[in-house]
Parts: sequence; structure tokens; C-alpha cells
Amino acid sequence: MKTSILEERKDQIHRTGEGAIDIACNRDSLAGAVSQRACVFCGSRVVLYPIADALHLVHGPIGCAVYTWDIRGALSSGPELHRLSFSTDLQETDVIFGGEKKLEAALDELIDRHAPKAAFVYSTCIVGLIGDDLEAVCRKMSEKKGIPVLPVQSEGFKGNKRAGYLAACKAMFKLIGTGDTTGIGPLSVNIFGDFNLAGEIWIIREYFRRMGVEVVANVTGDGRVADIGRCHGAALNLVQCSGATLDLAKMMEEEYGIPFLRVSYLGIEDMADSLYQVADFFKDRDPAIVERTQELVRDELATLMPELARYRRDLEGKKVAMYVGGSFKAFSLVKAFRHLGMKVVVVGSQTGTKEDYAELEQITDPGTIIVDDANPLELSAFIKEKDVDLFVGGVKERPIAYKLGVGFCDHNHERKEALEGFVGMLNFAREVHASAMSPVWNFVPRRAGRAAASKKEAVNE
Amino acid sequence: MSKANYVSTTNACKLCTPLGASMAFRGVEGAIPFLHGSQGCATYMRRYIISHFREPVDIASSALGEKNAIYGGGPNLKKGALNVMKKYEPSLIGVATTCLTETIGDDVPMILHEFHKEFGDLDLPEIVHVSTPSYSGTHTDGWHGAVRSLVEQLCTEKAADTGRVNILPNMVSCEDVRHLKDICRDFGIHGTILPDISETLDGPALEDYVKIPSGGTPISEIREMSGARGTIEFGRCLPQKTGGTSLEAAFGVRNHRIGLPMGLRESDRFFEALEDISGTPMPRRYELERGRLVDAFVDGHKYVFGKRAVVYGEEDLVAGLCALLAEIGVDVVLAGTGSRRKGLEQAVAAVTDGVARMAPEVREGVDFHDIAEEAAELKPDLLVGHSKGYTYARAWNIPLVRVGFPIHDRFGGQRMLHLGYKGALEIFDRIVNAMLEKKQADSDVGYGYL
Repeated sequence: MKTSILEERKDQIHRTGEGAIDIACNRDSLAGAVSQRACVFCGSRVVLYPIADALHLVHGPIGCAVYTWDIRGALSSGPELHRLSFSTDLQETDVIFGGEKKLEAALDELIDRHAPKAAFVYSTCIVGLIGDDLEAVCRKMSEKKGIPVLPVQSEGFKGNKRAGYLAACKAMFKLIGTGDTTGIGPLSVNIFGDFNLAGEIWIIREYFRRMGVEVVANVTGDGRVADIGRCHGAALNLVQCSGATLDLAKMMEEEYGIPFLRVSYLGIEDMADSLYQVADFFKDRDPAIVERTQELVRDELATLMPELARYRRDLEGKKVAMYVGGSFKAFSLVKAFRHLGMKVVVVGSQTGTKEDYAELEQITDPGTIIVDDANPLELSAFIKEKDVDLFVGGVKERPIAYKLGVGFCDHNHERKEALEGFVGMLNFAREVHASAMSPVWNFVPRRAGRAAASKKEAVNE
Repeated sequence: MSKANYVSTTNACKLCTPLGASMAFRGVEGAIPFLHGSQGCATYMRRYIISHFREPVDIASSALGEKNAIYGGGPNLKKGALNVMKKYEPSLIGVATTCLTETIGDDVPMILHEFHKEFGDLDLPEIVHVSTPSYSGTHTDGWHGAVRSLVEQLCTEKAADTGRVNILPNMVSCEDVRHLKDICRDFGIHGTILPDISETLDGPALEDYVKIPSGGTPISEIREMSGARGTIEFGRCLPQKTGGTSLEAAFGVRNHRIGLPMGLRESDRFFEALEDISGTPMPRRYELERGRLVDAFVDGHKYVFGKRAVVYGEEDLVAGLCALLAEIGVDVVLAGTGSRRKGLEQAVAAVTDGVARMAPEVREGVDFHDIAEEAAELKPDLLVGHSKGYTYARAWNIPLVRVGFPIHDRFGGQRMLHLGYKGALEIFDRIVNAMLEKKQADSDVGYGYL
């Protein structure tokens, strides 16, 4: 167990109840440690990707574009331009002589072909090195084509995913303020930090419709360039996913005086609490909103709770490890698992902050392992030490859990099940149940050995 | 037929060079792939590979930051190697470069030379390096480059006669490698298959997480490849210099370069090569497999005759598929690959010679946008290739017969067999069934017998 943690990583791991928490975080990943993190480009790409009527052109060698082709389940109710993978596919000669001309020609060709409402041009590692003037090319093409062409300064090596979030926010901020805000009502919000995985944003928008709240722009799930352009007309920004769009909310607060609320649509408490916060914000303008919201939550819970109870009967007492991207999800999931009677014993994130980890310590049971920027060996050691029944993570964590014979629930960007909202909590319970209760765990070495041993004991008695 | 010459790439039909190198390094016993570049490269490629194999795939990274890009990545490479040694205790670290480190001009051989001098007192693993900038070539170049580097950097002396046969299988599935092992055994040959991903990328359920999965080509055997009876390397589109040509040039190990044994005639060539090298006639088991394949061809020929197929993917896989499809009377109306200047056209002409009813149109350096544009006029009945063609199959309402890598939208890609008579039969079954399923689904009648 001890050997699986490098000396330099020890201050990124904490156990709840064992001394004061002071997790080192937001540092660069350690060379050779097989981090589960990606890069700046990845951060920008995941945030902007769901804007469905924009052209997303990756300026770089082919890999960066091909590994991000249609990887997320970010759905669109209309155009699906975001699901195509565009690249300048830089070659050796471009690296030597510069890629500006190629970028210009690629933009020319693609904008003519697809008539997008805007284009995002992502910078990758080598673009930063060969010195292409992305700004200049984008400005020129924007004038020529009459649409916003926005550079995203996302050179992979210039920080981690968080730096990529910021670059994405800066690019989007240039769009904001370009549209007409006429007709936007007083009870209006923008949804930030929801990517409409498996249609989740549609669930949330429906709640707001029932509450009488108008959604101006989705940022960015099922997003549209024109909506983002006029989203400064909304009364309030709702920010989910702490890392990804918080910077944009802050910029808008500063520039347009639009306040923001931190919300989460995962789990029961956080979902209800988020809706109540919105109701509370607007209650001076429309006192009846509070009652409408209460009614909504009551209705939803009336259907949800009896169903959850059925799953809880099976799941009571089972142990969970989770490793997520941003820690907001961890907060919500810790609470969600309580409703299923399950205990969270390991919780970690790729990009949590000191404050996030302090909060996690508050809401977890003594002995819970809290970890920043973990890697496969650490995660597998924790799984074993805590003898967990279920792991919650992304596609890179799944094979680790499965290899060790542990159930798994995908709570990452590739999920195809809607997990947000009250209905999402039910889907989540169903998925957790389907994995944790499968009979296949009887046959994996971890359990089979134990079963054989207890059988032997029984015989000896 | 004219082809527009686009500057931009849409939905690429290739992957980047270091991915191929990482996969090849994964097939050496006790090895860990190590990408010298920014953290994202390793993470993205792990994700991509994991989604196909559904196995843990650890790829280390030197995780370069902004300072390293300015002052050079040497210190991070060394530090990373030390950390990997501490945590994984590998017997080999396979270092592949990326576009970042190639562009800043890191001299990896020199950095590794320094590393050996600085840390010579430690029990160092083998460190093999390959240059794989992703702005040059595709993942197949990375694969072949890594194999060649393994051979050239590990097999440096003439070994005593081992009587073994080296097999360089190209980018094939875990099941393919297992099949090759069976074939070798039945011929009474000790085959050194490099790389051997059969276990490292398709392992059993475990009680304890192993840092590096068991299996892979033993390093000791790679060292002794110079003492083999001969080398068989699969691929009609290989680079000029490969592991096989290196062994021939340096140690006189005869290199038999043949196509991927796909379909009847290309498999015949493989079995002939084995007979030739081993002096053993084809075992009855394979006579039977061959016979069953021909029998199945006869039983199923009408279902597929004259169907129009678009085939895409890695150059050698495409050539192999064209070989099989020509033999069963399917017209390959378009054969596309994302790589360039690999001689795919000649390869396809050679493998379809004498049986193809029409010469397949061959396109190198294409993306799916190019393929789709041409295919719109060609009106294909089926697509044959990896998962990334699904969007098009769906749009055109035709079946996609999935082969090769990656298979991201179906289960069991690592267990799919492509090679030999048996592999040909499996693919043939799937093609026939895809046509039957389409016919059945489109029919108003709902026939229960077809």
C-alpha cells in the first residue's frame, strides 16, 4: 500500500479525521506518475464542444482532433456541427514554415461549406511553439466571412485543464454582448456548466419552465452562438461544475453586473436546493414562484422516493470510491449515496481546490480517503484497502475497477444516461444497482477466493 | 473520378504516430510506454486505447509544462523515468516522442545517454526510444517504428542459432496473436512474435492490480532474434526499413515480407512461408480450416456477389480486406486510408489480381469527408472498417462490418479474429450475415428462412 504512493504525492492525499486538512493541489502533474489528467486543450475543448452551431477547428497535428471527435454525449436539439472533427492536420512542412496559410485556407473552406454561426480555433502545443499568429488569422477571417472567428489559446503544455477552461471562457466572453437582448423577461437565467450529456439540460430547462423562469442561454450544452451573444440580458447566471464556467460568470458579473449562484443538479438535496435558490432570488419579482417551486419538488419527490427505497434495500451498507473531474460533483454524489444507504470511503478529483477538499472533509465520514490528481496505482490500492463495492469515475477508471472485480458507474462526459435532476437520481440509482448487484462479482478472484474460504470453513465446522 | 483537394481535414481516417508506438511497446514483457510530451497526449491516447480493449492501459508521460518547452524537456524525461522505475519496476521503458518534444528539438538519444551515465549505479531497465512526431505519418508508422527500435536497440549482437522464427505481425488484434501462436505451435515452431499484445491488452480478471500486466514478448527473446531461422513480417505497405529488414541487414536473418494473411490466397502465402521455413507440411487442422473456408465461400457466395463495398482504415488492413472481398465476389468500389505514400494501390492490385471483377479505386491520405463524398456517387451496399465509419453507415442505411481498431461501439474488438483461414471465415460469416440481416429488415415479408 505505502509503496504505491510516491513521496512527492503524499501531501495530495488526506484521510478525514486525521489531523488538519491541507491538500496540495492545482500543481502540475508529476512526470512519470501516469496522471489521469489531460491538458489545457482538453479543458477548452470540453467546455466549448457542445456549442452546436459553431465550427470547432483544431489547429494542430491530427491527434488532438481525432481523440476528441464526438467523444461526449453532448446532445443538440438542432444543428450537430459540433459532432464533426475538424483539423488543419499540420505536417512537417507546416511546422517548419508555419501553419498560418493552411489555417486560413481551412477556415475559408470550412466556413463556406458549413455556414456556421461562429468558429472556434483551438491552438495546440506546436502552434504555440512555431509562433503562428492565431489572433491575426482569426481577425482576418472574421472580417472576410462576417462571423465571429475566435482564437482559443489552448496550447496543451501551458498548464492543466483549468487553464483550458479559462481560455474557453475568454473566447466565449468575446461573443457575449453581440446580440440583442430585447424581449428577455425579468425572471431569466443562463445555465452555465451543463453540457447536456444524455439530454440533461432539457430536464433542467423543463423544471425552470414549470417555475416560470426563462432560460436565455445554455452555456454550453445544446448551446447556440446567438443565445450566448445575448445572454448578458439575463437576470442571473447559474453556475454548475465549479471549474469550467465560473470564470465566465465572474467576467459577466464584473462587466454586466449579473450576479451568479453556484448550483448542482445532481442528487436530491442539491437539485432541490438549486431550484429553491433560484426561487428565492426571484421571489421579490414574483412571490408565487416559491410555491410553484415547492410544488414541483414535492411532485418529483413523490414519484422518486418510493422507487429509490426499492433500490436502497439492496444497496444498504455497500461501499463506494469515486474519482471525478471537478469536485462539485463529488459533493453532490456523497449526499446522493446517503439516500441509497451507501458509504463513500474514497473520494478524489482531478482539479479540486483547497477549499473544495476542506468541504469534502466536512461532509465525509472519518477515515475517508481524500485525494487530488490520483493515478491508477493509488486508486487500485485504495479500492483494495477499503474493499469497495462500487467505483464512480470516467472511462479511464473503469478498467481499473473492472480488473479488480469492482462494480462501476460512469459519471463522466461519455455517459449516455441522464443523471441530473430528480429523474436523473433515479437513473443513477438504477445504474448503481445494476452494477453493484450483478451476480458476476461472485466469480471474480477477489470474491471467489473469499467464497471458497468461507465454504471451506463451513465444511470444517 | 475527380477528387477535390481539401486543405482541412474532417473526421480523420488515421490516428497519431505516438499512439501506434505506445500500443507496440505495450506488447513487450514488463514494458511501460512513456510519452515524452505534455500530459494530455498520454491521457487522450490511454482513453482511446482503453475504449477498445476495455483494459487498464497505463502510459507514462514526462508531463512537460511551459518552462520545459522553453528550456528543454530533458530533466522531466529523466525525472519521469526515475518515477516510473520506482512505481512500476518495469524491465523496459518504451519512450516515444510527441510533436511538442520534436518541435523544441529535444535530443532524446543524448538525454538517455546522459541518464545512463548519471544513474548507472541504479538497476536500470532497458530504455528503447523511437521518434514519433505526430505531424509526420500515422499510428501505423509509430507501430512499425517502435518495433524497429526494439529490434535495433535490443538485438545488437549475433545470437547463437535458436531455431526460432521471428514474426512481426503488424497492428493486429489480441485474438490474431493468439491464433498465430497456435499456428506456430502446430507447425512445431518456436515463434518470437513482436509485439505480443495477446495477454497484455486482453488479460484475465485479477485479485491484485498488477503494475504491468503479464505476457508480452520476452526481452531475452528479442535479444536473440538475430539467431532465428528467419523472419516473417506481415504487410505489403510497410516502410522500407523495418525490424525485419534490420535483422536481415545486420545478421543475415532471412526476411519474408508477405501481406497480412487475410482471405484465402494471402493466408496460403503465409502457410507456404511457414512450410518453407519449418520444413513441416501444413498440419491437418489447417487443411481442414482451409477446406471449411472454401466450403463456406461456396455456401454463401450468392448472398454477397456483386455487392459494392467501401473499405477504409490502416493501409495493410485495407489491402487484406480487399484480398478477401475480391475472392468472394464483392466489388470494392473504394478503398481508403488516411496514410500517404504507402503503396496501397500496388498492394491492392497485387492481392486482387486475377479474381477482382473490377480494380478497386484506391485513395491514400483521405479523411471520412473525402470518402463520403465519393461514396455518395458509388452507392455502396456495405462498409467494412473500424467503428468511426458508423456515422456514415447510419446515414446511408447500410451495414458496417466492424474490423480492426478501434472498435468503440461494439463489444469484443480485442477478441475479433482477422488472420488465417479461420479469421477469413469469421469475417465472411459476418459479411454474409450483415447482408442477410439487411435483406430481412428491409423485407415486408419477414422470411424465417433465408
